[in-house]
Amino acid sequence: MIAIIDYGVGNLFSLSSSLKAIGEEAVVTNDIKLIEKADKLILPGVGAFADAAKKLKESGMEKAVRAEAAKGKDIMGICLGMQLLFEKSFEYGEHEGLGLLKGQVVSMEGRLPKGLKIPHIGWNALHFRKESGLFKYINENDCVYFVHSYYAENCDESLIASTEYGIEMTAAVELGNIKGCQFHPEKSGNVGLKILKAFCEEGKA
Amino acid sequence: MITKRIIPCLDVKNGRVVKGVNFKGLSDVSSPTELAKYYSDNGADELVFYDITASFEERKLFTDILKEVAKQIFIPLTVGGGINTIEDFDRVLKCGADKVSVNSGAIKNPDLIREAAEKYGNQCVVISADIKRKDGEFRVFSKGGREDTGIEAIGWIKKCVENGAGEVVVNSIDTDGVKNGFDIEMLKAVCKAVNVPVIASGGAGSTEDFIELFKEIPDIGAGLAASVFHFGEIEISDLKKELAKNNIIVRV
Repeated sequence: MIAIIDYGVGNLFSLSSSLKAIGEEAVVTNDIKLIEKADKLILPGVGAFADAAKKLKESGMEKAVRAEAAKGKDIMGICLGMQLLFEKSFEYGEHEGLGLLKGQVVSMEGRLPKGLKIPHIGWNALHFRKESGLFKYINENDCVYFVHSYYAENCDESLIASTEYGIEMTAAVELGNIKGCQFHPEKSGNVGLKILKAFCEEGKA
Repeated sequence: MITKRIIPCLDVKNGRVVKGVNFKGLSDVSSPTELAKYYSDNGADELVFYDITASFEERKLFTDILKEVAKQIFIPLTVGGGINTIEDFDRVLKCGADKVSVNSGAIKNPDLIREAAEKYGNQCVVISADIKRKDGEFRVFSKGGREDTGIEAIGWIKKCVENGAGEVVVNSIDTDGVKNGFDIEMLKAVCKAVNVPVIASGGAGSTEDFIELFKEIPDIGAGLAASVFHFGEIEISDLKKELAKNNIIVRV
């Protein structure tokens, strides 16, 4: 069973539907017992970093995620959920993340060549940077759907895929059991479903 | 490189897609889920669902259908039509919409965009404007393009983006339904004015119109159309092949 962590941020309907579509049992929950019982966790998130980090903490879910991460349970952060895995973010000030991955989250503003629109919205190609089980069903340059104005940098240690939007930007990360996608696999058609399938299957006998 | 998006727009009334459609292999051509799946399987990059119902009961049906679509289709879904309050945002987002498109609602209540962006993030809020040339300027029209609001369009869109709209749909009333190409002049003016993605709507009649759009305005994000796709005049998969041949980067 996959637990989608509900801490009051974002639209979890599509995410749970997409897991069901690939035959996975998924629950949207903030119940610590279910999170402990789950085979894997997904940390979603949309909106502002500071607000999400605060809600994650206040809901008690931060503690639960940390505890499960320490046990070695697979965790995938999606979009803002991925950004929360890093040490800190500079979205409207400076805010601490979970620090499960090295790196920081910065604005595209001022870092992209002139003329590129922000947010980065749309389908963009994945450039593989390291081998990963998450990509076992997809190909280099397959397109996935992005919607974001901030991105993770200084994260070479965990970087497994990037995408080009004027500059090469972090698209996916993985370090042991901690994984993340800047894009939305639940909105990336068949390619996205294949990434979720690979995530769900990892470690299964 | 980010790909140029092709977006079909489906008008839904009484739980059915209106405007005649005629696709091979579809058992029910006005079923929103069947059509959505068809478009999704054939290369559509996003779908826009436009709620053209009026009554409360019909609106409930619309959200039920949206839920059904969102259970089966895993590409971005935008919902527009009848979005006037934060509660309307909440209602459609809970059913699986990713973005909410505001048109008249933002004219009636200028704070709506800001409130929604604060609550759901800029990426969720799309400003959709029906624009027509009037008295030597671009003018915002309301009520499906029937009523002149007197508001100058470029300044209005800029303000909506400042308030937090993360995307802009420009629907040119002057070119809409004429099928003689997108309104390049109007779209260029909007693209120049804002730094968020702009989606072109109104006037697509042929593959060449899309090629012209993306060639003439390199920073346009997407092309949106309804009838040319619904009537099968343009197959999205063919359109994308032609765009790719013309060095326009698309997802194939």
